[in-house]
Amino acid sequence: MTADSTPALVKQADADGPAPAGPSAARGPRARNTKAYLKYVAAKIAGAVVSLFAVLVTSFFLFRLIPSDPVKQMTGGRRVSAEQLESLRHQFGLDQPMWQQFTSYVKDALTGDFGTSFAYHAPVVDKIVEKLPATLLLTGTAYVLYSLLGIWLGTRTAWRNGSASDRFNTALALTLYSVPSFWLGLLLIIVFSVGVGPIPGMFPTGGMSAGDGASGFAYIMDVAHHMVLPVITLVAVGYAQTLLVMRSSLLDEMGSDYLTTARAKGLRDDTVRRKHAVPNAMLPTFTLMFVNLGHVVAGQILVETVFSWPGLGSLFYQGLSTPDLPLVQGLFFVFATAVILANTLADVLYPLLDPRVGR
Amino acid sequence: MVVRVPPPSAQPRSRLRVLLASGAAALALAAGSVVPGMPLGAAPQQAQAADSGDKTLTVAVAQGIDSLSPFLAQKLLSTSVSRLMYDFLTNYDAKDNHAIPGLATKWEPSADKLTWTYTIRTDSKWSDGQQATAEDAAWTFNKIMDDEAAAQANGSFVTNFKKVTAPSPTKLVIELKEPQATMAALDVPIVPKHMWDKVGDFGKFNNDEDFPVVGNGPFILTDYKVDQYVKLKANKDFWRGAPKFDEVVFKTYKDQDAAVAALRKGEVSFVAGSPALTPAQANSLKGDKNIKVNEGPGRRFFALAVNPGAQTKDRKKFGDGNKALLDQKVRQALFLSIDRKTIIDKVFQGHAVEGKGYIPPRFPEYAWEPSASQTLAYDPDKAGQLLDEAGYKLKGDKRVGKDGKPLDLRILCHATDPNDKAVAKYLKEWWGDLGVGLKVDCLDDVSVPWFAGEYDLAFDGWSVNPDPDFVLGIHTCAALPVKAKQSAATDDFICDETYDGLYKKQLAEYDPAKRADVVGQMQSWLYDSGYMNVIAYPNAVEAYRTDQIKSITTMPEAAGNIYGQDGYWSWWSAVPASGSGDSDSSGSGSSTGVIIGIVVAVVVLAGGGFLISRRRRTTADDRE
Repeated sequence: MTADSTPALVKQADADGPAPAGPSAARGPRARNTKAYLKYVAAKIAGAVVSLFAVLVTSFFLFRLIPSDPVKQMTGGRRVSAEQLESLRHQFGLDQPMWQQFTSYVKDALTGDFGTSFAYHAPVVDKIVEKLPATLLLTGTAYVLYSLLGIWLGTRTAWRNGSASDRFNTALALTLYSVPSFWLGLLLIIVFSVGVGPIPGMFPTGGMSAGDGASGFAYIMDVAHHMVLPVITLVAVGYAQTLLVMRSSLLDEMGSDYLTTARAKGLRDDTVRRKHAVPNAMLPTFTLMFVNLGHVVAGQILVETVFSWPGLGSLFYQGLSTPDLPLVQGLFFVFATAVILANTLADVLYPLLDPRVGR
Repeated sequence: MVVRVPPPSAQPRSRLRVLLASGAAALALAAGSVVPGMPLGAAPQQAQAADSGDKTLTVAVAQGIDSLSPFLAQKLLSTSVSRLMYDFLTNYDAKDNHAIPGLATKWEPSADKLTWTYTIRTDSKWSDGQQATAEDAAWTFNKIMDDEAAAQANGSFVTNFKKVTAPSPTKLVIELKEPQATMAALDVPIVPKHMWDKVGDFGKFNNDEDFPVVGNGPFILTDYKVDQYVKLKANKDFWRGAPKFDEVVFKTYKDQDAAVAALRKGEVSFVAGSPALTPAQANSLKGDKNIKVNEGPGRRFFALAVNPGAQTKDRKKFGDGNKALLDQKVRQALFLSIDRKTIIDKVFQGHAVEGKGYIPPRFPEYAWEPSASQTLAYDPDKAGQLLDEAGYKLKGDKRVGKDGKPLDLRILCHATDPNDKAVAKYLKEWWGDLGVGLKVDCLDDVSVPWFAGEYDLAFDGWSVNPDPDFVLGIHTCAALPVKAKQSAATDDFICDETYDGLYKKQLAEYDPAKRADVVGQMQSWLYDSGYMNVIAYPNAVEAYRTDQIKSITTMPEAAGNIYGQDGYWSWWSAVPASGSGDSDSSGSGSSTGVIIGIVVAVVVLAGGGFLISRRRRTTADDRE
């Protein structure tokens, strides 16, 4: 695959990235620009606050568009009397008018209270705090690995543009990118958990730990053992994006005059790539990494489900199936906040990397 | 003009090093599985308690726990766990579902049928050593009656109670407003008053923080991790006798294929289908010599419900059900053109029994069958004839009513149930041949249009309990909603004087045989009405490892299900296979092999990275 046939997602990300800067560009704002930079940062933070409030309002109405009766879903198949249904509706505030539900939701949310989950009979915030570490551990690990792998392979493939390894790596990354993650997960379970032919079953089929009471280092190793397959799944389907953006932006750099100058100075090819080309090509990738960082919190619904990983992704799925309105509202707000914060952070840091931005 | 110098190809040595490092790392990881302590292959391995050679039975479940408080628990897994933690007043016999002693050894009604007296056993102790008494039972029922928050799960059992008292530690007295035949079927876990009277808000207390939880059932709850597992250890002092397994673990597998893989590997002892293993899963497991696929008559029915005209309790009509379906001949015509046998063979692939009465045949005491003359068997010709009689003549290939409008119907289907979709395709074809149009509306949650009465037909199904009162009660006028479009206890807006009269009669009839006869009449009425057409009783299909479980009681005992029983028989009776529990847990993180493998992998990766970076730290002429 050549640079001309990069997929839309790469072109999009590339288009958003800045033009290449000179080799000594990334020095941060100068003193005279500090005021302008602070103004820029304040504007970005204000925008983020407005976005967060919009998300808060949207989350309330969005999930009320789902045609459903939470109380009936909760008691589905159970022996319930009309009085019980009425009592449940009253307890969950579902018998109040919509505007009243909305005002109390906004008022409570501003104090960090997202109500009580219908399905768990526990505060939504507690459920989120309880599940967040598991998600951060799984998707965070995968994020670091697929970002590093994507950058490394993207650099290699671009530097050897048109070679057999470039074609193979790009094709493989695109193929894996297209594979449904739950299908790949199940395949890995069958092959590496149960074992097929000469391949022994090496890894657990699901869960986060064996639950055998292990503690300390043994527990850490147990969790690591359970993480291997879900992380491989996430990395396999996730690294293509970073690879393609990195490859595309490095290809754009490769024709630049400053690289020719660097080579003319007699620098080794390896040094030209690492110290001159890659730092500038990293800018669009940096943007993508921050966008992906925001999604780390949201977990991966399908992969968490296949591997029975007790994180926010599977919690969100369960919340939607009731629908557990307070829970999905709270989760939606948390997910959206993570993305907004990650993007704001990228906006704030970008001028430090590329002085042309934010002036 | 600047000439671009093409980059030279990468040094092969560098590539080789990376390749070697990666390969070594992968091998090291794999080594974690082949060193002693981490046996190769998918040999069955029994999960066991870390601290001993205890026999553990691990059950793969799809559902999570909504609450471990018996006052809040609604989901099947939660109520199943409650059954293991706390005794009920009565239990159901595993052979034929008849009421047998639980916490109560005897129960009898007064002559006026309004007072029931239960004798509470003296050999049941709470796990903290205190005696379980009638006072605990009275307190439990009174709490449900007096506290709205404590009535969320079991409020329906006490709506007819007037007063509950404990005149002595072994005597419980329940006074009723009206006679109630279900007093030996009160599925309410009795909790220890001395622990629960400290609870403040019953709506928020989930009973999941202090372990072990004090109980008096066959197992004691010892640990719980949300959406991961529930652990219970055997109660050695249980009055009926100690369970044979030392521990039962319900482990969450959100994906049933993954759960089947875990069973095949030996990570779990049992897989509960949700609600049943698919035919493909069952067939794939049947080939394994160490796995037994248990298939028994299910407790669910799979039916078609007809909208009889939605209405509120005070008879205000709402909704938009097709008026043509108010004609019994039309309803019966539709059911005469359903080939149940084909549905059993093609959709359920033989894993179901042909539907007849409302109560599944696994409850023989109440199961009912139509007489030969009453049966609405597959007969498209007769169906066409009935439609002609009802005034829906064939014009071309469509049935057209007297108003000149074609007979087109809608059916609500659960998008999450593949059986609904598959059966709907057949109905579309069969009713199309009859000249009746059918639009299939598949939704994730059908409850909104259903309770708005905005449907013509709907796929319907309920799990039936040994006592049929509840599933019969959902078709009474009392179950209708107070307000239009509001969810209610009703299943299908049926409201009929004859049926209601029979319902009241069965509830007040304390003679089992006479009551069964009245229940039969009710089912006969439902069948003839054509409002509720039972197509099939899907089988319970589940599987367990015979090298871990030697024997286990099904319910009914002759042929029945294991998971989700009306009692604790399966897990209480399960006998470990000899040698089970002697090997390592396949998921054990404390495995030396895994630790060594991962440590070696990390070292090799770090070493590889170091080598590569070393190569790059070249001479000074590299520096700018």
